[in-house]
Amino acid sequence: MSVLALREITKTFPGVVANERVSMSLDAGEIVALLGENGAGKSTLMNVAYGLLAADSGEVLVDGEPVRIRSPRDAIAVGIGMVHQHFMLVQPFTVTENIVLGQEPGRFGVIDFAEARKRVREISERNGLEVDPDARIADLSVGMQQRVEILKALYRGARILILDEPTAVLTPQEVRELFEVLRALVDSGLAIVLITHKLDEVMLAADRVIVMRDGRVVGETTPSVTDERGLARLMVGRDVVLRVERGSPHPGDVLLEVDDLVVDDERGLQAVRGVGLKVRGGEIVGIAGVDGNGQRELVEAIVGLRRPKSGRISLKGREITHAPVRETIAAGVSHVPEDRQRRGLVLQFDLAENLILGDHARPPVATFGVVHRKVVEDIAERRIRDYDVRTPSWRVLAGNLSGGNQQKLVLARELGRDPELLVAAQPTRGLDVGAIEFVHRRILAERDEGKAVLMVSMELDEVMALSDRILVMYRGEFVAEFAAGEADAERIGLFMTGGTTREAEAAVAGGGAG
Amino acid sequence: MSETREVVVRESGWLKVLRLVGVPFISVLLAMAVGSVIIAVTGGDPVAAFAALLQGAFGGPVQIGETILRTTPLIFTGLAVAFGFRANLFNIGAEGQLAMGALAAAWFGLLLAGLPTGLAIPLVMLGGALFGAAWAFVPALLKARVGAHEVITTMMFSWIALYLVSWIVTGPLSDKSGIPETPMLSSSVWLVTFDKFIAGIPPVRAHLGFIIALAAAAVVWWVLSRTTLGYSVRAVGFNPQAAENGGISIAWTTIWALCISGALAGLAGASEVLGVQHRLFDQVSTSSGFGFTGIAVALLAKNNPTGVVFAALLFGALAAGSGNMQLEANISPQIINIIQGLIIFFVAADSIVTWFIKRRQRLALESKVVADAE
Repeated sequence: MSVLALREITKTFPGVVANERVSMSLDAGEIVALLGENGAGKSTLMNVAYGLLAADSGEVLVDGEPVRIRSPRDAIAVGIGMVHQHFMLVQPFTVTENIVLGQEPGRFGVIDFAEARKRVREISERNGLEVDPDARIADLSVGMQQRVEILKALYRGARILILDEPTAVLTPQEVRELFEVLRALVDSGLAIVLITHKLDEVMLAADRVIVMRDGRVVGETTPSVTDERGLARLMVGRDVVLRVERGSPHPGDVLLEVDDLVVDDERGLQAVRGVGLKVRGGEIVGIAGVDGNGQRELVEAIVGLRRPKSGRISLKGREITHAPVRETIAAGVSHVPEDRQRRGLVLQFDLAENLILGDHARPPVATFGVVHRKVVEDIAERRIRDYDVRTPSWRVLAGNLSGGNQQKLVLARELGRDPELLVAAQPTRGLDVGAIEFVHRRILAERDEGKAVLMVSMELDEVMALSDRILVMYRGEFVAEFAAGEADAERIGLFMTGGTTREAEAAVAGGGAG
Repeated sequence: MSETREVVVRESGWLKVLRLVGVPFISVLLAMAVGSVIIAVTGGDPVAAFAALLQGAFGGPVQIGETILRTTPLIFTGLAVAFGFRANLFNIGAEGQLAMGALAAAWFGLLLAGLPTGLAIPLVMLGGALFGAAWAFVPALLKARVGAHEVITTMMFSWIALYLVSWIVTGPLSDKSGIPETPMLSSSVWLVTFDKFIAGIPPVRAHLGFIIALAAAAVVWWVLSRTTLGYSVRAVGFNPQAAENGGISIAWTTIWALCISGALAGLAGASEVLGVQHRLFDQVSTSSGFGFTGIAVALLAKNNPTGVVFAALLFGALAAGSGNMQLEANISPQIINIIQGLIIFFVAADSIVTWFIKRRQRLALESKVVADAE
């Protein structure tokens, strides 16, 4: 008998059917991956099970008995726990305080901290989730914080654990550790639902896969009888190229040269500590690293959004160290910013207005400060066509496009300008498989046309798939460099978290032996 | 999926029309309805009152002239505030920039009285615009350089302007009559009234300033929609970070936007001096309030230049008709102030209404996003 069963769940939002008569079941002792693209309805379904959303129709059964779950409180009462993508932890509190929050042991309003600490230690040891009960959340790594979230659910007696995109914020090492923990948990009798859109994780961690598309379950399979390609076909509904074909690079002259660059962040702390790099035409240099290690400040300094403290940046031998954005654009720098909605687009502008941002002050778009409508419309129509932006017309506001189309819009503008250097930060963040393929093809096409490409991404897979050279950034410095062929995720992952060369080699040697 | 997108697009198009025209119109009707209740409660006859108001505002050439007269400065100040709003700047000090424009007109009008009219008037108006812009420049610079909030600085500068004018009309530019005023300008620099070039109408006070105001609205529309500067202003107003990423200098755009706003307010002052008063009075004791009413005009017009003309006309008609309402229906002119206040209230309430609509949409979207969180 399944511990959790959902029957014929239907949930609609105004204008959208998020779940249409979806049924699934979950047994004790298994990890089920709920796989689907953005918008497929996986999180909706799990939010219904956890009581965050009320279904229009359908029922939830726990241990074969129908239950009414109207809030997370009800869900916890029947043994369902959920770990969200964004953690819900009180940062200044300790691990123990966070875990017992809301269910503190003690009496008359006085918390028995000794008892609380004891229970936390007990649960953490029993499940192999080591964590210091007295550490403050703010001092813990993201991976550790996630562990605390899982402990929180276990402390509340969860037998069914739902994890929403748990690996999005983790390094490769942390992902592996997480999967080991999850395996141990199901071995001890738990049931786990893993919401994800990452195919390799499904193959690695799941016992069973339920694939959703457009609000419906379109298939169910096990990793042993399928591969990533087969899963992708189910998920998208057509054949998808997961890793775009990458021909060998033909590096030309050095186009971007950065020397001994120092850049401060908003608080005046050194975010980039004297780095140097060269990017040749016809070459993609990828910067790997955990978020917040100076990548943003480096990119902003290169494109002219932030003034470097010292050092030198030059493009084709011309110094642009202190050039503002207007000048770097004129010099041939295009920038795909990490946050397309905040930095990349004016959501209240129509597509045509967005497509000329950056070209709005110079010929052919404008002469003597007057914008030529006809030229703007021609450019808009051409760029929308060339970059396959799905829209009825350029008169649509950018805010009304889907995420994938918005990113295409940014690419259409930045690449349509025919730059010398493309600086792309997180170019596929939040996009689904189909859109990722498109973006990757375009970036490679730029390289093959002889452009220099500098790419920053938290997705190690992406860095490894596209880059001809990989630089690993840690605490504002480049701590390692790899050529495309010699990079492996394990070693890069270690450098990303501050490991040294010796540790990296030991890890790889150990991995090889084991 | 594509179908749902279409729905969103069409819905927002419909919402836009509603926001631009429908909701302001409804706010005006609501304000008049509540005004009627107040009139009835205070013992008046609402129907007679509004009939008298309409009669007073549009009943004949003289009445229409009076409405146009009062509409003219409100177009300028409405445009001034609206232009600032487009760059997300709240120019609350249009009153002071107007006073500086009036000062420029009174001064240059005396200096340039010898020039041919066709040359003198454009020069004097230009002077008014420049003085208004100059008065907005310091707050603009403070905003651009150190981020000092323009609501505070333009307001403070407004008071400085009013007292500066006070001193000038009693001191350096006084006509020595004992009344705080500058000497009367030569009629060669007056903006002529409509009866001078429209045959067959009785003397009216409406003057050429109205035509200049309409032209200014057209120019503001053109600048906003057809120039690099207007594009930059709107981009910075909507999303400064994206504007910056497109090579637009937030600092320069702020300075330009606030100075143009000040110039438009300055034109209001110059137009009043050349067209109506033909001299400058003390601004502290006889402050027009045009700068502040301009805020209401811009709000009602949703910062749209065409809308500003109509919103200004509404407020102009209310002001022109209130006298007749008092005479004919024995209603206190304060009722007009109350109705003006109510209009502003309901315009704000309209934002509340649209905020609710948007919030509902956003909630739906958010739940969808939660639903398909990557």
